[in-house]
Amino acid sequence: MKHFLLGALCFIGIVFSVSGQDDLLKQLEKEAEPIEDKTAGTFKGTRLINGHSVEVREKGTLDFLISHRFGRINSGAYSLFGLDESNIRFGLEYAFIDRFTLGVGRNSFMKVYDGFFKYKILQQSGQQKVPISLVWFSGAAANTLKRPELLMNFERRLGFTHQALISRKFNESLSLQLAPSYIHRNLVSSSMEENGLYALGLGGRYKITPGTSLNLEYFYRFGDQTKNTFNALAIGFDIETGGHVFQLHLTNAQSMTETGFIPATTGDFFGGDIHFGFNISRTFQLKEKEEGW
Amino acid sequence: MKVVVILVLLVGCCSLSHAQSFKSTRSETTFFSSAPLEDIKATNTKATSLFNGETGAIAFFVPIKAFQFSKSLMQQHYNERFMESNKYPQATFEGKLTGYDLDVSGVQEALAVGKMTIHGVSRDVKIKGQFTHGSGRVKMESKFPIKVADYDIDIPKVVFYNIAEEVEVTVLFIYEEF
Repeated sequence: MKHFLLGALCFIGIVFSVSGQDDLLKQLEKEAEPIEDKTAGTFKGTRLINGHSVEVREKGTLDFLISHRFGRINSGAYSLFGLDESNIRFGLEYAFIDRFTLGVGRNSFMKVYDGFFKYKILQQSGQQKVPISLVWFSGAAANTLKRPELLMNFERRLGFTHQALISRKFNESLSLQLAPSYIHRNLVSSSMEENGLYALGLGGRYKITPGTSLNLEYFYRFGDQTKNTFNALAIGFDIETGGHVFQLHLTNAQSMTETGFIPATTGDFFGGDIHFGFNISRTFQLKEKEEGW
Repeated sequence: MKVVVILVLLVGCCSLSHAQSFKSTRSETTFFSSAPLEDIKATNTKATSLFNGETGAIAFFVPIKAFQFSKSLMQQHYNERFMESNKYPQATFEGKLTGYDLDVSGVQEALAVGKMTIHGVSRDVKIKGQFTHGSGRVKMESKFPIKVADYDIDIPKVVFYNIAEEVEVTVLFIYEEF
């Protein structure tokens, strides 16, 4: 009896140990630590099309941006559908920390110098159940075009933009963004125009393949507007390759700074005043991320 | 007295059954891809493994999102475009290790035979590696190539392609008995 009991106990022990060794993978799966699950890649670029997107680069990343807007497509074959005329903006943007980016740029249209910061307040994440990303954008722009007919001082050349960029990545393909904006221009084109302007940016992207997406962006302006300006509308196509983002678009806006294209777009999109344009960004990792154990 | 004997035997049985179970305490999984445009390297220290020294059963669990690239945009690109890590969050290996002897200390050549699953695709593989045993610890090291196409991972052929068709994977795991 005693021996039987001991035998039985040993047997039970072995059975337990064998079952414990079964299916090591299931055990690993169960013990796996959750990986930080922030929603990455809401948009491909730091720009949706003309305006900023909620994307900011990670710490230590320098982005070099080259943007072009050609002339109007309806200008005809003589100027090769606008390609003869080209505006360019160069920009440099550096992410000091994951949440904070500082940028400067120079746009040949109206010879505008601009500077801005972007601060990520909220990051959409699956695990912490944050449903949206929220980024604050503030920028200043100085238009340095010579205007001998006007009495110009530096103050008169300045314009300011403040935007809350609110976005949600609904699934792998669809992301939408709202951008309530306030623009203040120290000098406006007529006494009829207000210096301050409220606008709402609406936009989104839909991924066609993992590396390409279709983008749409529209800025609605509140209040009475002068007759010869229009709301900025743009349709874009993004191609991303891991170090570059190529954005090709059609838009009625010629300026590439917020103080330009939000209040003062002069093209009528549906009247054919469409500019072909592109943004190209090249990313440089200035500070390598830490590696290893 | 009887109770004591039973207890001793019971404890003996239990400790015997766990004497040769090993759990990874440190790991480093890297992959390296050499291509004309740029070399790509990523390191993952979050992979885990369990190994039964008695039966040779072994399993590896590699969370895909834990691969760290030196370029953050590259990391995003790799997760989103190559590995689709939201859909396939881990790579695994499950199989049997042969050719080692726990009674021998020092470096031995071992062979792992089993099923590797990456990007949702499972394949039977044989991987050679070095097995080192000493003072209750086991170290396993291996370097092997993985053909990207074997696991239905698309390499974009438009614009630029910057990942090699074959990447070199290096694994280093240190185990302790538990």
